[in-house]
Amino acid sequence: MLTYLRKRIISSALPLVVVVIGVFALARMTGNPAALYLPLNATEAMREDFAARNGLDQPIWAQMAQYFGGLLRLDFGASMRTGEDAAAMALRAFPATLQLAAMTMLLAIVLAVVVGSIAALKPNGLLDRFASFTSMIAASIPDFWLAIVGIWVFAISLGWVPTSGVVGAAAWFLPVATLLMRPFGTLVQVIRGAMVSALSEPYIKLARSKGATQRRVIASHALRNAAAPALTVAGDLTVGLVNGAVVVETIFGWPGIGKLMIDSILQRDFAVLQACVLLTAVAIFALNILIDLGYALLDPRVRPSAGKRARRSARRDASRHRPSQPAPAVAAERADATEHELTRSLP
Amino acid sequence: MSTITDQAVLQVQNLDVDIRTPQGTLRVVNNVGFTARSGTTLALLGESGCGKSMTAKAIAGLLDPVAQVSGGSAELLGEDLNQMSSSRRRQVASPGLGIVFQDALAALNPVYTVGAQLGEAFRIHRGMGKKQAKAEAVDLMRRVGIPEPETRVNSYPHQFSGGMRQRILIAMAVALNPRLLIADEPTTALDVTVQAQIMALLKRLRTETDMALVLITHDLAVVAEEADDVCIMYAGNVVEQGSVQTVFANPTHPYTKGLLESVPGQGQRGQALSSIPGSPPELSRIPAGCVYQDRCPLASELCRAERPALRETGPGQRAACHFAEQVPHATVSQTGSTEKEIPA
Repeated sequence: MLTYLRKRIISSALPLVVVVIGVFALARMTGNPAALYLPLNATEAMREDFAARNGLDQPIWAQMAQYFGGLLRLDFGASMRTGEDAAAMALRAFPATLQLAAMTMLLAIVLAVVVGSIAALKPNGLLDRFASFTSMIAASIPDFWLAIVGIWVFAISLGWVPTSGVVGAAAWFLPVATLLMRPFGTLVQVIRGAMVSALSEPYIKLARSKGATQRRVIASHALRNAAAPALTVAGDLTVGLVNGAVVVETIFGWPGIGKLMIDSILQRDFAVLQACVLLTAVAIFALNILIDLGYALLDPRVRPSAGKRARRSARRDASRHRPSQPAPAVAAERADATEHELTRSLP
Repeated sequence: MSTITDQAVLQVQNLDVDIRTPQGTLRVVNNVGFTARSGTTLALLGESGCGKSMTAKAIAGLLDPVAQVSGGSAELLGEDLNQMSSSRRRQVASPGLGIVFQDALAALNPVYTVGAQLGEAFRIHRGMGKKQAKAEAVDLMRRVGIPEPETRVNSYPHQFSGGMRQRILIAMAVALNPRLLIADEPTTALDVTVQAQIMALLKRLRTETDMALVLITHDLAVVAEEADDVCIMYAGNVVEQGSVQTVFANPTHPYTKGLLESVPGQGQRGQALSSIPGSPPELSRIPAGCVYQDRCPLASELCRAERPALRETGPGQRAACHFAEQVPHATVSQTGSTEKEIPA
């Protein structure tokens, strides 16, 4: 366990450095902050003074070296706009994003497990088709469009919820509902596919032959096996929410890290932008470790103690979850009917 | 075979199974009947796709949704399994009927310890708690010869060898001392030495608990060594049945004879292996008359026009052939056909 963590931390250090360098360089390509922070008629002397105060007069590699030096002392720089510590600003905005992401994923997973499982019980049945259709739409709707339509219908026409802000439970409705669609739609399809394939496995037949009730078969035998592939996809979707429900946060004025990131880009507030990116990168790295741990918890075959062969077969199982039609039983029974196993099998 | 009590545990009569396909309904099991008696082994013998597994699944109530029993009955201790409600089946049939699948790795749930899976039956039917069920699981593992059951009970299926997994599957099937054990090709996925161990285990358990064993196999040698009665299936139909001794010594169906002749024996060293020409008919194209007519050396007009019914062809022996009396005696001696040779 500790070796695993150490390995993961070491292997993710380099990507983090690359991300910071990339953001550092790209941010400075958006233009000179002086143009935004000084009046239009600022003199050359004022501009030089501004650049010197913010260290922008030095070559970019020197700026970068200074920044990394600061990182080692946990000094993330200060906001050009407010003078506040950049890390403090990012950390203050992050909980709002995490709460939104957690609420969204929780609802999406619960709904998708219910809908996906019901759909998988009768593949190609009426409920299954309805679930497929709905989930396809949910997964494909663009969130910015849905957000605007949502505001128009629920906030302006009906007046049930506020158009933006975080005051009261009603304020959660539109952002969560908007963000929910894609994870819900995607997860329904994944869980439905994984459940269909799990339910056709021999171990389900064995559980039934032991006299397990339908509920027990579905909840503890099939769903537990379908959970592993679903977790992988849910993890990816959560990553997408954590590093910024940028569009949705901006539209609804949600004071999260996505909005802070956009604001700091627009205002060329480099230190804040870098702090935001670094924070989300670390959060995603931590999330990936959690997903790995969760995966190992769900599927004993991927635990480090399991050995290579088991891990390979677990991966094979997991990659089989794509939504597909179950092969008719005929095929299985007749597959090699033309072969003469009789003569082959004799000692 | 010390304690043959001859009680009919399972009685299958005129069992039909249909499967729905986009091309229409196919009959995969047609008019199959046999009786499995306590303390004995009945072998269902046939090629892949002959319907033997479907028969077993139909009896165990584990048919896929596209398949259904469309006629006949399968009575477990006098009660028709197909007439039972699903809850009655869970309460009565599950403890009374154990089934062992071919591929033990696929039949065991990969995400639960074997202890949890072995204990499940006790938790469902005996209302035991986790701890008690686990103790039962350890006992079961010991009973089927798994070393160090106290520690292995916490292992997962993938941490066992193929033979050990099959033992676990067998343990699971006999957990509640069923009166009937159906073993669906229990040794096909195993190597020869392990096969022998598994067959010995099945035989020991059968003798200990006096249950009836239905052995589904395509292995003639296994049938000759292990079974008391045999039921030979072809294209969904029973073509010949009777005691193994009688049927193997004196087959009265051309298919049985063809099978026995295709077994390599000591006397034929150096000769080409005999085989049955052709292949079984596709289920969508089963001929109107005898199912075996296309490959049968004795086939005539009568065979094409009329499907032969199973009829008495000897003491305790029945075959579905118009010309059963003309089937020449098997050319291979029985001892020769059953002798296991380990290839050098």
